[in-house]
Amino acid sequence: MSDNNYTPNSKIGKWFNDRLPLLTLANHLTDYPTPKNLNYWWTFGGILTFCLITQIITGLVLAMHYIADTKLAFASVEHIMRDVNYGWLIRYVHANGASMFFLAVYIHIFRSLFYGSYKSPREIIWILGIIIYLLMMAAAFMGYVLPWGQMSYWGATVITNLFSAIPFIGEGITTWLWGGYSVDNPTLTRFYALHYLIPFLILGLVVLHIWALHVPGNNNPAGIEIKKPSNDTVPFHPYIVVKDAFALLLFLIVFAFFVFYTPNILGHADNYIEANPLVTPAHIVPEWYLLPFYAILRSVPDKLMGVIAMFSAILILAALPWLDTSKVRSAIFRPLYKQFYWILVIDVLILGYVGAMPAEGLYLLIARIATAYYFIHFLIILPVLGLTEKTNPIPLSISEPVLAGSAMATKSLEKDKIENNLKSLG
Amino acid sequence: MKKIANILILIISILLIQNHSFSAETHKFLKTEWTFKGLFGKYDRASLQRGYQVYTEVCAACHSMQYLSYRNLAEPGGPEFSEQEVKVIAASFEVLDGPNSDGEMFMRPAKLSDKFVMPYDNVEASKAANGGAYPPDMSVLAKARKGGADYIYSLLLGYDDPPADIKLDDGVYYNKYMYGNKIKMSAPLSDDLIEYSDGTKATKEQMAKDITTFLMWSAEPHLETRHKTGFRVIVYLIILSILVYFTMKKIWSRVETKV
Repeated sequence: MSDNNYTPNSKIGKWFNDRLPLLTLANHLTDYPTPKNLNYWWTFGGILTFCLITQIITGLVLAMHYIADTKLAFASVEHIMRDVNYGWLIRYVHANGASMFFLAVYIHIFRSLFYGSYKSPREIIWILGIIIYLLMMAAAFMGYVLPWGQMSYWGATVITNLFSAIPFIGEGITTWLWGGYSVDNPTLTRFYALHYLIPFLILGLVVLHIWALHVPGNNNPAGIEIKKPSNDTVPFHPYIVVKDAFALLLFLIVFAFFVFYTPNILGHADNYIEANPLVTPAHIVPEWYLLPFYAILRSVPDKLMGVIAMFSAILILAALPWLDTSKVRSAIFRPLYKQFYWILVIDVLILGYVGAMPAEGLYLLIARIATAYYFIHFLIILPVLGLTEKTNPIPLSISEPVLAGSAMATKSLEKDKIENNLKSLG
Repeated sequence: MKKIANILILIISILLIQNHSFSAETHKFLKTEWTFKGLFGKYDRASLQRGYQVYTEVCAACHSMQYLSYRNLAEPGGPEFSEQEVKVIAASFEVLDGPNSDGEMFMRPAKLSDKFVMPYDNVEASKAANGGAYPPDMSVLAKARKGGADYIYSLLLGYDDPPADIKLDDGVYYNKYMYGNKIKMSAPLSDDLIEYSDGTKATKEQMAKDITTFLMWSAEPHLETRHKTGFRVIVYLIILSILVYFTMKKIWSRVETKV
């Protein structure tokens, strides 16, 4: 990286940069050498940053009108929907924005799984990502409680009750979380405070995530180490910026469709009924993005074991760089891993589906098999596969597979360059 | 472009799979034409006005609409009564105000800014008057039931004689669309129950349709703006993406990699 050699052109710029090297940072970000073969699955990092900023801005406006009080919360949300100028838009963007955020993060995570982006030397980026994901789930869960509808209340009751499964201290922890002996006003106000705090923690971690990324540089679809900068890379600006912008716009079209035409389809109708501690809804279901973990929780007959299984399902991801023993990163060159990867994707979708269904009969059986497979994939298949799989030959550089058929073209380009250089020499 | 299409298809199918899991236990609702569905859906003004009449003359005796104000009835995108008409409507209700300078509470005619007057002072009073069942507040009812408008329309017309194997207690009625088929509200609509001020024939179906439209509006008062804005936003985004696409192509033509 040529950061250290950067000097601003203007005198003021140089004066400022010597004292606070912001311009060096900007220069690093624009010049940052990025593999030129990144596909559209790589655009979700930028999309996620956009989602986070959108959630923070819309959340800030909502916070100006929302009242965290069990007697007023539901009415204040209705006030936002009816009387605040474009309040309906802000709230629908925020509510659907959470779903879009998770949709993007799942694609981002599964992209990483496919191309082996979590492997050395990118373990820290990956683990930071898992922490961000955990915080996102916490923020989303607490945000869902704030409108104080039936699902808010009963969702909060079910999830906080999970902690009571911990032996000896469980009951105490639950009471401590609630700030009382049931989900009530103290619970709502503290969830509100935490819901406001967490996005900024995420923002800080995102900075670290990107910082850690800029040390080794991006992984790429071929999953190979490349020389940076080189023939294999392009500067971040304008190449990646414009591509990310294009992908973001397509994402926004989907986003806008949900916000403007089916704003409530991803939510649950019961949450438009004000919370009532005396009436339990027929089915208590979390938001769609938590369903796979909900399915894992319910598939274990013992409460404590269920809670452990659910948290392990997420935490196991943090150990992934060491569970996957294969030296080859990209699934493109791992014929067997590629198949197991898609089985895992289907497995998680099945878990999501049964998570929304009542935990009984056939659904419960499917949930149990899918849960078992989820853990088998990470704990048995991946370590064994890495040691036994016969991988395909790996290219030496990105240009090699891409330009295999047009070696002549590169040569003539080089020739033009040399001629130009000669000309300019005079 | 093919790759992008694949990604879009994947995103949409994931969302549809997830949605499907919510709507797995669908009942077959009665079908009727709603003007507010679709990309350009709008409320039928006349239907909203008739719906308000059904609400006041039939539902309002038991069901509150606590989040609505009288002024909403005159606002664009709603029934759009004239302000004069709404002032008259509001003035026909009495609200408790105060305390005045003597420290006394007093009754006065309602104003545009007042919330809809509630039929009961509190939930307990409404339960006591209705055999222990709470007539739900109807402000957001159309969003608070799975199936929304279709469900409410079907429920209103879904009263029937119970099958032989179902025994009903006193004050409990059989309804095909109610969760568990038992409902404590007697059939609220019958032909010619009310006389529409615009001369429309007040059949059961007509009233059910009008009140449902009214409830949909009360749950989503900004639906028309939302549809209109949404269309513009999406057209704008599509045009912008096309422009950015060609910009991207141009920029990437400098390197030998396809985007």
